[in-house]
Amino acid sequence: MSMKEELGRIQKEALEAIASAATDVELDAVRIRYSGKKGALTAILKSMGKLSPEERPVMGQLANEVRAKIDSALETRFAELKARALDRRLAAETLDVTMPGKAVQPGHRHPLTTTIADVRRVFETMGFETVEGPEVELTHYNFDLLNTSPNHPARDPQDTFYFEDDIVLRTQTSSVQGRVMETRQPPIRIIAPGRVYRSDDLDATHSPLFHQIEGMLIDRDVRMSDLKGYLEVFAQAIFGQETRVRFRPHHFPFTEPSAEMDVSCFVCGGKGCPLCKGEGWIEILGCGMVHTNVLSACGIDPEKYTGFAFGMGVERIAMLRYKIDEMRQFYDNDLRFLSQFN
Amino acid sequence: MLLSMNWLKALVPYAYDPHRYIADMTMSGSKVETLQYLGSEIEKVVVGRVDAMERHPDSDHLWVCMVDIGCEEKLQIITGAQNLKVGDIVPVALDQSRLPGGVEIHKGKLRGLESNGMLCSYQELGLTEHDVPGACEHGILTLNDDPDAVLGRDIREVLGFDDWVVDFEITPNRPDCLSIIGLARESAVTYGLRYVPETPKVRGGAGRIEDVLKVRVDEPALCPRYTARVVKNVHIEPSPKWMRDRLRACGVRPINNIVDITNYVMLEYGQPMHSFDYACLDGGEIVVRRALEGEQMQTLDEKPHNLDTDMLVIADSHRAVGVAGVMGGANSEITDATRMVVFESANFDATSIRLTSRRLGMRTEASGRFEKGLDTRNTLAAVERACELIEMLGAGEVCDGIIDIDNADSTPRVLTLDVARINRFLGVEVSREEMLHIFDLLGFELNGDLLTVPSWRLDVEQFVDLAEEVARFHGYDKIPTTLYAGATRFTPNAAVDFDDRLREILCALGYTEAQTFSFIGPKSFDRIRLAPDSPLRHTARLRNPLSDEMSVMRTTMLPSILDVAARNANMKNKNARIYELGSIYTPVEGERLPKESKVLTIAAYGSVDFFAVKGIVEALAMELGMDRLEFSACRDNPSYHPGRCARISVNGDELGVMGQIHPLVAQNYNTSAEIYTVELDVPALFAHKGGLTQYKPLAKFPAVSRDIALVCAESVTAAQLESCIRAGVGTLLESVELFDVYRSEQIGEGRKSMAYTITMRDPTRTLTDADADAAVSRALALLEKDTGAVLRA
Repeated sequence: MSMKEELGRIQKEALEAIASAATDVELDAVRIRYSGKKGALTAILKSMGKLSPEERPVMGQLANEVRAKIDSALETRFAELKARALDRRLAAETLDVTMPGKAVQPGHRHPLTTTIADVRRVFETMGFETVEGPEVELTHYNFDLLNTSPNHPARDPQDTFYFEDDIVLRTQTSSVQGRVMETRQPPIRIIAPGRVYRSDDLDATHSPLFHQIEGMLIDRDVRMSDLKGYLEVFAQAIFGQETRVRFRPHHFPFTEPSAEMDVSCFVCGGKGCPLCKGEGWIEILGCGMVHTNVLSACGIDPEKYTGFAFGMGVERIAMLRYKIDEMRQFYDNDLRFLSQFN
Repeated sequence: MLLSMNWLKALVPYAYDPHRYIADMTMSGSKVETLQYLGSEIEKVVVGRVDAMERHPDSDHLWVCMVDIGCEEKLQIITGAQNLKVGDIVPVALDQSRLPGGVEIHKGKLRGLESNGMLCSYQELGLTEHDVPGACEHGILTLNDDPDAVLGRDIREVLGFDDWVVDFEITPNRPDCLSIIGLARESAVTYGLRYVPETPKVRGGAGRIEDVLKVRVDEPALCPRYTARVVKNVHIEPSPKWMRDRLRACGVRPINNIVDITNYVMLEYGQPMHSFDYACLDGGEIVVRRALEGEQMQTLDEKPHNLDTDMLVIADSHRAVGVAGVMGGANSEITDATRMVVFESANFDATSIRLTSRRLGMRTEASGRFEKGLDTRNTLAAVERACELIEMLGAGEVCDGIIDIDNADSTPRVLTLDVARINRFLGVEVSREEMLHIFDLLGFELNGDLLTVPSWRLDVEQFVDLAEEVARFHGYDKIPTTLYAGATRFTPNAAVDFDDRLREILCALGYTEAQTFSFIGPKSFDRIRLAPDSPLRHTARLRNPLSDEMSVMRTTMLPSILDVAARNANMKNKNARIYELGSIYTPVEGERLPKESKVLTIAAYGSVDFFAVKGIVEALAMELGMDRLEFSACRDNPSYHPGRCARISVNGDELGVMGQIHPLVAQNYNTSAEIYTVELDVPALFAHKGGLTQYKPLAKFPAVSRDIALVCAESVTAAQLESCIRAGVGTLLESVELFDVYRSEQIGEGRKSMAYTITMRDPTRTLTDADADAAVSRALALLEKDTGAVLRA
């Protein structure tokens, strides 16, 4: 057999073996047999010396061509086999992605502290500093400084918890107003969240303990229109940007003029529904211009400074936001209730 | 305060739609509680006349009536009433009519005969005997003498049910609005109208008052004004229907003409009135004095009262005949036999009335008004109105003259209108003319910029009060919304932010937040097994708690969180991981107020154990950037399992305590769950929290680790072993981690094997095996010396 024939045979056998190799191990054996250092091609190249000088370059070129073809076929086949192996592995690793995830039990924040945090954030972005005051409080701060006459019904022991004649559980976070004004001069921008107490039995809409957030801004020439402006920003941040607000005249001893603020019902948008009892408006908070008597009593000159204050019930806002219908749920601490909130 | 719209319309003629009206009044500052149509429960009931009646053939008590209701066709209606005769005018409930209490009437057959409705008694129409004096109690209401009772007319119009009643919430600053006149004035100004009540006119002519009555006020401070008139030849009888209808609409029960007049005037003028039977006033004298020590009196409601010298009474020459401003005495009550009446229209000190009313446990319409402080100028008009009504009703003859003892300071208040300041304060631009117009309508007297405040507006004292009136009637809704342009200096509150940070971390660690009451019962201290002399039992105690279980301010949060845990366990919530960040209230010697400090309390039961909860505490400390916590066994906390309780501290400062709740405490909370709790002092956590993270370069040289298993006595603690390892390895130590605890016969009774991974690193070079081995050897030597622990063979 001529060398040329021999090369042709090697090429044919090698290409057949490559094509029929089913695994990369088999294919590697084929590579060693034909293209390896001790393989068939190497062996035939070693016999090139026996050829005539004329034949040598011709056969050399032919041999290189055969080697190139075999190497290229090997490379292609290796790639094919690798891809096929990957496909098989991926198929074997397929999961039923509809099976349940492994449970992680996250904790839950109480809806009241979430509400307080949300309201705080709104006012802090507008420069209001959060302050806290004592819950066991002197009547001096809870009533006297707040222009509440000694005979005012709010002082009645039927409404207010007493420790001594002049020490009570604060009935409103407004008690913080005096504590702040006594210690600093305007400009003042504060909000004061916290617990307050009234002598009511716990039922669907009452609790002897609940939370309020007080707010106050005092500076030169603060106007009632500013009160409306800040509270509108608040209402839209908490109840949605499309919320409208309504201010109704009201009376509180420590503000004059005083108002109650309603927001357009965020369920029906003001058309009337069970939540707003058909009125289209929901009462949210009490507010007003800080009474000149309060400013004077706290050592701030009412000729020089004016300001506004507001107070809102946190439970009420949380009940409206989360559609909670029972005040007592907040204090029952049933995990089936608490774990609904995130 | 109930307002009859029919009554209002008689004073302020305005075509009020009730719903529109309450919306408008709400926006001008009169808050509306409810709006009710009096006849809302009655439908399809009309006036009819019994034209014929005969016995039901199959009954010994039923009557078959033919009733004319103003239509061509007569209705056959069967009734069981026995008081009717042909020609009687009666209320007829037609087929498909409705009556109070949700009663529906349909036509049907009664013992075989058709009945096309029902003839009604006054009870069936929701009336009482006071509303229809003289009506038959067990029979059909007859309206024979009522000129309004036209056949076919809607019965609501005939019986005064065709009226809307508004219930206003009157704020304590506006006692003048506890009257029809006050509300009429507010209503008028709301619509830009003027309302001035008419001045009552009295003819008199029945002799001089001075000849029959003397009045002496001993306590002018408590009774600034006392006004009285006398009426002779009184005929006690029911008051007319129009008066009864108005009283009833405003929630007052009609009684007789004299009593009704005093109530009517109180509603109309807001001035409480009283009428005495003159015959019962010994000596023809009225003395306003303090009650005597030990004095007793029975009030109109027939209750006996012990009076004291702080209470003001109305007396005759020798005994009290009324508690001033609260209630009259039974001994001088108007009766059917009364022939001569004294009308009292007085002003009493608000505080005195309030204290008396509270001490006697009596709140009346009168005391409720007096304790808000009333206009002393009002007494005269009110007594005049009462006498005018006497003459109008023909109920008696009024004596000439008025006794009016007036010690009140009636100097009117004068304020200056500062238009610019009001506009600046409200953020509006209201013209001077508009402002003056508002004050004019409100009854202020205008004199240039000087405004004389009307006597009934005791609440208007200064500039801001004037601003409020402008705001109310200009309209709150017309005030623009602005944002104040002043500079802000925002200061974050680090302590409050820290509270929120704790909540975030605990939430991320799988704990759910609870909120419990700040007051607890003293028995809670027994439940958590506090020693009888525990300082925690020293509490701030409420004088008027709702119950014993809510009577003291908590000095520990443990009972609160145990309540929550136990309640959830009993509600079959299988696992609970909860916390509360709340306050405790500790009385401090020499301080008036208790110290309020925040505590973080954690509780867990179910799929947790001591070390799971300890891990939470350590994770919390790590998140807060705190130094390594130290835990030491605590065997003497009575609330905790003595073998499963640890004191927690950092750098020698105590942070709190944690452990498994003592089984006896769990039993006191009626639960068998193994509850683990943690109590941490929040200010202490805050003090030890790390500052802003300072970056440390990542290690450049590799770490070397060694595992060692130590055998030691059971009594040797992990903390002891760890501390020897730390000391022995020294600065090369990166971490030491317990990975196995093993006990076996081979190791021996009372001994255990503790296996640690010790990781070491030198930040400046690659650590050699020799370095690492030398360090471990130092540790082993120390371990053996200090704890007796040796390498496991």
